[in-house]
This record gives sequence, structure tokens and C-alpha cells, in this order.
Amino acid sequence: MLEVSNLACSRGDQRLFSGLSFVLHPGQIMQVQGENGSGKTTLLRTLCGFVSADEGYVAWNGAQVASLGDAFHAQILYLGHLNAIKDDLSALENLKISAAFSGITLQDATVKSALRRLGLKGRELLPCKVLSQGQRRRVALARLLVSDARLWILDEPLAALDVRAVALIQELIAEHLSSGGMAIFTTHQPLQIDSMTVRTLALS
Amino acid sequence: MKELTLFGMLKLVVQRDMTLAMRRRADVLTTLIFFVMVVSLFPLGVGPEMEMLRKIAPGVLWVAALLASMLSLGRLFSADHQDGTLEQLMLTPQPLAVVVLGKIIAHWMVSGLPLVLIAPVLGIQFDMRMETLGILILGLLLGTPVLSMIGGIGAALTLGLRGGGVLLSLLVLPLCIPILIFGTAAVDAVASGLSPVSHLSLLGALLVLALTFAPWVAAQALRISME
Repeated sequence: MLEVSNLACSRGDQRLFSGLSFVLHPGQIMQVQGENGSGKTTLLRTLCGFVSADEGYVAWNGAQVASLGDAFHAQILYLGHLNAIKDDLSALENLKISAAFSGITLQDATVKSALRRLGLKGRELLPCKVLSQGQRRRVALARLLVSDARLWILDEPLAALDVRAVALIQELIAEHLSSGGMAIFTTHQPLQIDSMTVRTLALS
Repeated sequence: MKELTLFGMLKLVVQRDMTLAMRRRADVLTTLIFFVMVVSLFPLGVGPEMEMLRKIAPGVLWVAALLASMLSLGRLFSADHQDGTLEQLMLTPQPLAVVVLGKIIAHWMVSGLPLVLIAPVLGIQFDMRMETLGILILGLLLGTPVLSMIGGIGAALTLGLRGGGVLLSLLVLPLCIPILIFGTAAVDAVASGLSPVSHLSLLGALLVLALTFAPWVAAQALRISME
């Protein structure tokens, strides 16, 4: 359970939002909406602990994230604006390394089937620098398939994706939620998750 | 899910950075070639007087090693920062200091260790004797990891700054002066028939001190730079 209480953040001298409170239970999903510059990314980065909040706190299962420290990191998967993939490594290596950092040792077959599901069949062993922008985003999104994190924090997950990939991501999120996971994301595109109500949080 | 041990994490980071370095061998070679060129310029500029060359050799080699290690420092965190992998490294369930230590070790293995290995060849250019060469190598072996550690703190502090490369050198070079002093003094001591043990012990002490505190300090600096 993710609990945000009375959160306030600022960028430089400008206060982005304040008094923000919400609770996200297992199986729930929340979309953060707002104009450009309204603090969507800052909110997600605050949840990850990259940015410290001016006021308020973020709690995970009743314990404040600041006191949980590194243990909280095992529970979350963050996908930012940047794909966090290494251009010199292949999609397969990228995925194996990022899974290894969260303590999961993956077999090549598992990684390949994850990449295949994201439509990267035959591209597994190419260095990522030769892939297109959308394909690189797919490599980054393949992390969703091999992670066992409870909370997904996704910043513009649909950027650079085509219609079929968007449908696939909706499917992945639905699977994650139905197995008791949580997700919070930002997007400018409408996202339909089967049999789920997407709560929205509007920042202004 | 298996729990990653601290050592397992360290090994992972070192392996990853070594793999990346091997894919970009040109970056490794530039540091090495810079070192060789700077050192080789001195006999050409100063002239072929054996006595003089033998005297300036330790200083030249150490200063060149110091400058060469500055070259690659900028890339220590900035490459990972630019493609977003640094954020992912910060979200590993292990302390960030371990990740930082792993990156610094890998950085030393690709930019410090090659200098140590090629230094004997360059020492011969300066007509250094065997025993002084041995102490020079030992000193470099103890000192270059400290350069990488101090440099790691500087690299973390200047991460994402425009013109950070120059600022980084200005920040880090003064802090490296003690290593330069003890490193060259050890060689001078042997050359004049004294024991180099005290200087090498001090270098060793600096290494232990840096190993203990530098990763933690650099991790804190990274957190500040990432905000």
C-alpha cells in the first residue's frame, strides 16, 4: 500500500504542488494528469526518493519510505523519460543486467520470450544503438515483464510507441494489477485498462 | 527472488562497467596514449642528459599519471547519467555507496591499472634503475586507486554541470597533491639510499582512508546532483 500524505514539492523557488494526499491499494492504478511543467515527473521522482519533499511524507505499507531506505527500492520499478538502456549493449544484455541489479538472475530463454512478446524478435542480440526510438522504448518496457516489483512508477510509458504496443502495455498493466500490483503513471494519451477504473490525480 | 549480497552487487557493477569499457576500447586507449605521450615529451624537451632525466623521472611519471587520470574522470558518472541508467542504479536494493565503489574500481581497472603496467617501460626512457622502478610501480599501484576515489567524489559533485570537465580538474587536482608528494618521495628515498617504507605506508594509509570514506561521500554527492 502506497500512502502519500500532505506532500509538497518545489523546483527552484517555484512551488509545484502542496497538500497532496492519496492512498494506492494493491490492484489499483492511478494516472497523474496536468499540463507541462505542473510537476508530474517531480511527483514520480519524489515517490522514488530522487527528490526530497518540502513537506509531507511517502509511506509504504505503513512505514515511511525515508526510514525504509534501500529496502523500498526492491518494491518499485521506475521507468523514466530516459530509457535507461546502454547503447553499446544488446537488448538481451541490457535486460539481464537491469534484472540482476534487482536481484533476479534471468535465463536467456526468459529474456528472449519477454523481448519477443514486445515485438523485438530477431533484434535481441543487436546493439541497442541500431534500434529505432520506439524499439528502444520497447526494450525498456520489457523490464515490466521480468520484474517482480509491486509498484510500477511509469513516466510517459507510451511515448514513441505505436498502437499495437500501446495495447500490449495496457494488457501488461492489467496483468500486473490483477496479481495485486500497483501502478502510478503519467501520460497524455488515454489509457484503457480492462475491468479496472483508472483513478486520476490532477495537478495544476 | 534471491537476495543480492553486498559483494555480489559490487561484482555486478564492476562486470557491467568492464563490459561497457571493452565495447568502447578507444576511450581506454586515449588515456593510455595521453600518458605515454606526455611522459615521452620530457626527454625530448629537456635533452638527453642522463643525470637530469633520472632526477626528474618520478615527478614526470607521477604528474603525467595524475593528468591522465583526470581525462577519463568526467565519464565516470556522466555516461550513465545521460542515458538514465544512473537513476536505475540508484534504485537498486543495495546502498548506493556499493554501486559507486564498484564503478570506481572498474574505472581504475581501465584507466589506472594500464598506466601502472606501462610505467616501467617509460621509466627506462629516463634511465631509471631497477630498484627505483620497482618502488615507482609500487607507489603507483597504491596511489592511482586513491586518485580514482578522490576523482569519483569530484565527478559526482560536478555531474550534469556545463563545463564540468575543467571544474572537475580544478577541484580534484589540489586534493591529489599528498599522493604526488609521497609517491615521488618514495622513489627519491630509494635513489638516495634511504628506506621508502614510510612514504609507501602513508600512501597505503591514504588508500585505506579513501576506500572507507570516498564511496560514501561520492554517493551523497550523487544524490545531491540528481535532485
